[in-house]
Amino acid sequence: MSREKTLRTTIDADSLRSELRDNSVRVIDVRREEDYKQSHIPNAANLPLANLLADDSPDKVLKTAQSFGIDDETPVVVYDDTFGALASRVAWTLQYIGHEDVSLLDVTYGQWKSLGLENDTKIPSFGKKDHSLNLHPDILATADYLEKAKEKENVILVDNRERLNYLEQHIPGAINIPYRTLASADKILRPKDELKRLLQNRNVKSDAEVITYCGSVGTLSGLAYYALKSVDHPNVKLYVRSFKEWKNLNRPIVKQENADYWDLSAE
Amino acid sequence: MTATNLKQSTEYVKPKMNWAKLEESENFANTVKLYRQGKIDPDNFRRFRLQHGAYGTRMTDDYAMVRIKIPAGEIYPNQLERIAHLSEAFSIGNAHVSTRQNIQLHWVVLEDVSEIMRGLAEVGLTSREACGNTVRNVMCSPLAGVCSEEAFDATPYAFATARFLLRNPMNQNLPRKFKFNFTCCEKHGMARITDVGLIPQTRDLDGKTQRGFKVFLGGGLGNKSFVGHQLEDFTPEEDILYTSIAVLRIFDRLGNRKNMARNRMRYLVDEMGWENFQNLVLKERMVVRATQSVIVKLEVDNTPKEIKRPIRITDTDGRSPPDGYSRWLKTTTFKQKQARFRAVFLTLESGDMTANQLRSLAKICSEFSAEGFARNGFSQDIVLRWVAEDDLPRLYSRLLEVGLANPGSLTMASPVGCSGTTSCNLALTNSHRLAKEIQRKFLELNLDEDQTLHDATIKISGCPNSCGQHEIATIGFYGGGGRVGKDMYPVYQLSLGGRADGEAMLGVNCLRVPAKRIIPIILKIIELFKKNKKQDDTLASWIHRIVKGNENSEIKSVNDFKKILEPLTIPPTKEQDKDFYADYGSDSSYHTKTGKGECAA
Repeated sequence: MSREKTLRTTIDADSLRSELRDNSVRVIDVRREEDYKQSHIPNAANLPLANLLADDSPDKVLKTAQSFGIDDETPVVVYDDTFGALASRVAWTLQYIGHEDVSLLDVTYGQWKSLGLENDTKIPSFGKKDHSLNLHPDILATADYLEKAKEKENVILVDNRERLNYLEQHIPGAINIPYRTLASADKILRPKDELKRLLQNRNVKSDAEVITYCGSVGTLSGLAYYALKSVDHPNVKLYVRSFKEWKNLNRPIVKQENADYWDLSAE
Repeated sequence: MTATNLKQSTEYVKPKMNWAKLEESENFANTVKLYRQGKIDPDNFRRFRLQHGAYGTRMTDDYAMVRIKIPAGEIYPNQLERIAHLSEAFSIGNAHVSTRQNIQLHWVVLEDVSEIMRGLAEVGLTSREACGNTVRNVMCSPLAGVCSEEAFDATPYAFATARFLLRNPMNQNLPRKFKFNFTCCEKHGMARITDVGLIPQTRDLDGKTQRGFKVFLGGGLGNKSFVGHQLEDFTPEEDILYTSIAVLRIFDRLGNRKNMARNRMRYLVDEMGWENFQNLVLKERMVVRATQSVIVKLEVDNTPKEIKRPIRITDTDGRSPPDGYSRWLKTTTFKQKQARFRAVFLTLESGDMTANQLRSLAKICSEFSAEGFARNGFSQDIVLRWVAEDDLPRLYSRLLEVGLANPGSLTMASPVGCSGTTSCNLALTNSHRLAKEIQRKFLELNLDEDQTLHDATIKISGCPNSCGQHEIATIGFYGGGGRVGKDMYPVYQLSLGGRADGEAMLGVNCLRVPAKRIIPIILKIIELFKKNKKQDDTLASWIHRIVKGNENSEIKSVNDFKKILEPLTIPPTKEQDKDFYADYGSDSSYHTKTGKGECAA
């Protein structure tokens, strides 16, 4: 039972509600503090993404997790109101420091509320717990790692920004799967069979090593990380510092030449 | 019921027709795989791809443009929402409304096209036969059913024709593409510049009113353009299908399959001579009628449409409408023949809409249009019909919130611009952006409010192939390259006096105008008009007199225009004006670059 749990990437609202009733889960709300204060899922802790990004060193993240009463065995569920992208970044960071059992709520907080599900304004307090530090470098890609890896045969680099941004500039060799491709109308991720079909069409083979990246802090590509995990891709890495760092490091960039695609935009 | 089973219910009017076949999506995905594995040769693949509505993209094999057919232009709220989603997932987060009632998604990864087809099929839409040598989207005037000049509503006939021809084996491999346009009346529509154009008319027969059409054949715009010929005085409704089949059979048999440049039906008509062609059609129709009369009939659904007056949405708190309302009202709305209703033409820029705008539009048309859906028109626009006049101020506020309340859609201030170098392989210039620049300038100068300009049009193509329909514009342009020594600059051929109505004629070429001089040239033409116009003249009527040689003021001919405008077109040196040598949307020096064409858009 607990073994299966650790493999889940998303959890549906009904299951989360029952786990909440059993008090067997820690929920993390990654929205801004003022939104959280207005209402949140009962007993959820608040970790605004901006706070995490201000210092996402393993030590700091570990301390935060411990202060939320999370130990090595505590199932954690993360949610946001930004189609799952911010939640993904936080969830990935917890996995990176070695927390096994973390999953994404499969709807956004907005959807949760529109389903009429319980919410609360009470700010809970948690007893501190111990959590070990066990880094998982196998889910992280750095610029140097990426530079070498992308030359290898069975490595696929995926850019999850919008199409126009990708056309304008991207890391050489990357394919583009915009983050909007990943969601369905009422879930942060499409059903598995659809995701599998999409990846198959794009020739993303299940035995390939996949590295995802996006614009700056690994949110959109974090969602893609979980999309791939949800269809059991064994080897996925997040280039967490993403295109912003790549550009700042003056690494090579390519663009789609000889076309004025930006002028097709009504914005 | 579990919480996650709860679905929000939105009461949208459901599409009347289902144009889709879901299995075509999977077939497309598999065929792309075979093509990528080198198991299908590129020519066969191209034919297959085009037949399924995926057009090539500028300078790359990796991307396609998916052209979604909207037969007769009727598009429903759930379909708008779906296109919004597909544009974000697989395209550039924008959709483009074309001049032939298609909605196009650009820069789609070829391997994702099948996903778009699947998404479309789920809401009854298709891209099948939107490109390639097939019968393209069957058009119908966006005012059909609400136009006070029309004999009757042509929409059911357009639907029936589209349904009969879609996937029909008869027209899967024609010599070239083939286009049907239904209109409401002489004024609104393009019956004379298409392969088969139809205008509804009635006559009295033994005391009964009989429905029929004026049928025009052999028109079309392109590298060489022609105005269509009327087949006979009156073509009764029961003959419409036989006539269409007869014409398609003749074209299939005799059309030029060798010379790409002369394979549209209009060249066949031109080469045979109209009378020979006409006789052939009439004879062929007799054969078709004799052999198929029992089996084939157009299934015209003439059940009156349900017009729900939406719940009164207008506030009665007496607040005055937001600024700009009267200007918007004057320049974007059309009084329907039904009292107290209007058709509202949304002003877009070169037909582009964001995904968010499409989503908002779905809700807005559901709320405000008593028929519950929208139409796209002939000018890269979207039309909301059956809006109660009482609701117009509120509609304006709603459109303002989503950036769709610009004025000028029904005036000269809304130029048409084809996709140009934004995506098209054939394009020489960025006609798409130029149209936007002109529009912004016109609105800034309030020229949309000028009554003497309202019936003139500006249309721009990025190459000589007329997708921007420049030849039927009062002021038309098509793009090319100009040169000073080694340096190239974008330039447009200006034509004047084109029109598509009862007096249809193609514009007369005037002179070549550098891209960055187009706006001053148009303003100069307007200035000359103001100086020389007679009372009651509009810019269009004045220019028409000039191109016909009937004007007696300072400017008597297109040549007189040319003499006055020429000094404005002299290129500066690159040192004097670097910007002159760059096209709109680009800051680097201009050079022409084109790939292989596949058809127009």
